[in-house]
Amino acid sequence: MLEIKNLHVTVDGTEILKGIDLSIGSGEMHAIMGPNGSGKSTLSYTIAGRDGYDVTEGEILFKGENIVDMKPEERAVNGIFLAFQYPVEIPGVANTTFLKEALNAVRRHRGEDDLDAMQFVRMLREKVKDLGIADDMLKRAVNAGFSGGEKKRNEVLQMSVLEPALAVLDETDSGLDIDALKIVADGVNRLRSPDRSMLMITHYQRLLDYIVPDYVHVLAGGRIQRSGGKELAMELEKNGYAEFAAEDAAA
Amino acid sequence: MSTQNEQPLPFTGILDQSPGTLPGADLDWMRDLRTRGYARYVEQGMPTVGEEAWKYTHLKTLEDTVFRLAGEDDATQAVDSLPSIFGGVRLVFVNGIYRADLSTEDDLPTGATLESFAATATRDANWLQSQLDSSSGDALVSLNTAAMRDGYVLHVGKNTAVAAPIEVVFVGGVSDDPIAVFTRNVIAMDEGSEAQLVIHRCSAGDAPSFSNNVTSVSLGQNAKISVTTLQEENDTATTFSSTHVNAVRDSVFQSLALSAGGQLSRTEQHVELNGEGAHCQLDGTYLVRGSSHCDHTTRVDHLVPNTTSNEMFKGVLDDAARAVFQGKIIVHPDAQHTDGRMLNKTMLLSDKAEIDSKPELEIYADDVKCAHGATSGQIDETALFYLQSRGIPEAKARNLLVQSFLGEVIERIDNETLREAITEKIVSWLPGGDMGGDNS
Repeated sequence: MLEIKNLHVTVDGTEILKGIDLSIGSGEMHAIMGPNGSGKSTLSYTIAGRDGYDVTEGEILFKGENIVDMKPEERAVNGIFLAFQYPVEIPGVANTTFLKEALNAVRRHRGEDDLDAMQFVRMLREKVKDLGIADDMLKRAVNAGFSGGEKKRNEVLQMSVLEPALAVLDETDSGLDIDALKIVADGVNRLRSPDRSMLMITHYQRLLDYIVPDYVHVLAGGRIQRSGGKELAMELEKNGYAEFAAEDAAA
Repeated sequence: MSTQNEQPLPFTGILDQSPGTLPGADLDWMRDLRTRGYARYVEQGMPTVGEEAWKYTHLKTLEDTVFRLAGEDDATQAVDSLPSIFGGVRLVFVNGIYRADLSTEDDLPTGATLESFAATATRDANWLQSQLDSSSGDALVSLNTAAMRDGYVLHVGKNTAVAAPIEVVFVGGVSDDPIAVFTRNVIAMDEGSEAQLVIHRCSAGDAPSFSNNVTSVSLGQNAKISVTTLQEENDTATTFSSTHVNAVRDSVFQSLALSAGGQLSRTEQHVELNGEGAHCQLDGTYLVRGSSHCDHTTRVDHLVPNTTSNEMFKGVLDDAARAVFQGKIIVHPDAQHTDGRMLNKTMLLSDKAEIDSKPELEIYADDVKCAHGATSGQIDETALFYLQSRGIPEAKARNLLVQSFLGEVIERIDNETLREAITEKIVSWLPGGDMGGDNS
């Protein structure tokens, strides 16, 4: 599904990612863990195509195609979704308007007709039920005045509406209390499927108790330092990132 | 700048030949008013960028172009289409002069009159005299007093409410050569009266035009008026509009200016809050591109205790457009418990666009609540990326963010039909002209 080869990324003239190799198969859940400043968010923004994240070397293959030169909206309609660490507030634009614009952009790309208002509302009702999202949250402006938990639930709602082939979850646990975390994790778990891959980016092991990954990678100093199964996360929880900081300094 | 003083003062050649054809020429007081206005204009001279109030707005057109005064013949021009939002009462002026054949005046409730300035000058000259303030104003207001020809006069009697919004349309630029239009408008709201007014300023031709519009508004106790001005003239138009409001006890003046046209426009509002409980809300949204220049200048005087004012101006500038916001709130010594607020925010879509924003507070009372602020910035790149990352194309995402930015002002419009009409105007101004989708 996603194959990253020798990825070097520069932001504002500073090289942040220094040769990442990562392969994610269909239906797999990968977790990337790492200390602050290791390049975790840079990786997620680069996959989603944010301006200013310049790929100087290497490639990102999505469904076999190099997407490095694609605009963010092209990547999105092709099936890449980034759940933001800090979802953006957009006053004056209703959440439903936003969801409908996004869904219809994706549908048009797939050669499907736009959903009409009735079809859209019916579809949305189904999706919001499990996430405990009130009607009021749909009518309000996108993320405006939402609590941290509401914002993250709104990200998961968008993911469930857009049905991406690859979802990148950037620090989805940050700012959530344990109850909110459970709701969000349940939402993500429900979206796991054999044809949907996920890449979860997190600083803390806590999230992995609720969303259990198939593989865990440690990112430090702009490189993947170690890869393993979920037991690697337990080890990090015990020992912290100190040894990787040392490896980084040595490198 | 140095050449300014060497040029003759615009309009002096035309106006000093005693304009006997202007309305009210047979009235002594009117002739006297015009003569004094003219003398003051000559004494004051054209405003220059050397003056504080005109520091950011240069009336270059008046230096470069020789305008003649619009006359009766200019009013008879054919006009293809006229704007209408509500389809109700509508007064139409072509090149500044009333056109009965294009206007619809029925449906006003008893107690309310709406007619042209020229008509009032004939029908009730004494009342009109009482409504025209001759004592104040800068040079362009003096010039207006000297040359005023026509305009609208709205008088709503005691405890009369005009439920349906009234529309007034000024169609300009309908000429082959540069013409100047001087309108004088009067809004008189007696005690307990209420009305809504929508003013359209638009062009039906390409000739350079200069229009100078002065409006006086007097609000009786507990009266309420809402005035929305939609400035959509073409880019050969230069427009100066100055509104002077006197608000007594518990009266409300509410205004919204949408400025989306003209080569140069300056919209001035001067509000005197003269009675306890008086309130004014001055809002504006400006959409400027090309090399156009758009100026909003406000002055609110809090003269007595317990008055409130609230101003919000938000605009979007593209290309090499320039906008000016000058807002002044003056809290006089007696005006305790004043609550005055003023906000100006501008979104710049181009590196060459420029905003000059000058919000000012002058406070001479010690127990007041006042706040002012001004910001300018570009489209939030993170928000843009957020929308794009959901599949929304960049151009549409930019438009959504501009709408989002202006939404704060638009939400303050009470009338839903008007709010939707203005939203449509904003959408049609945006690059691409529409959202390309259903926004319901």
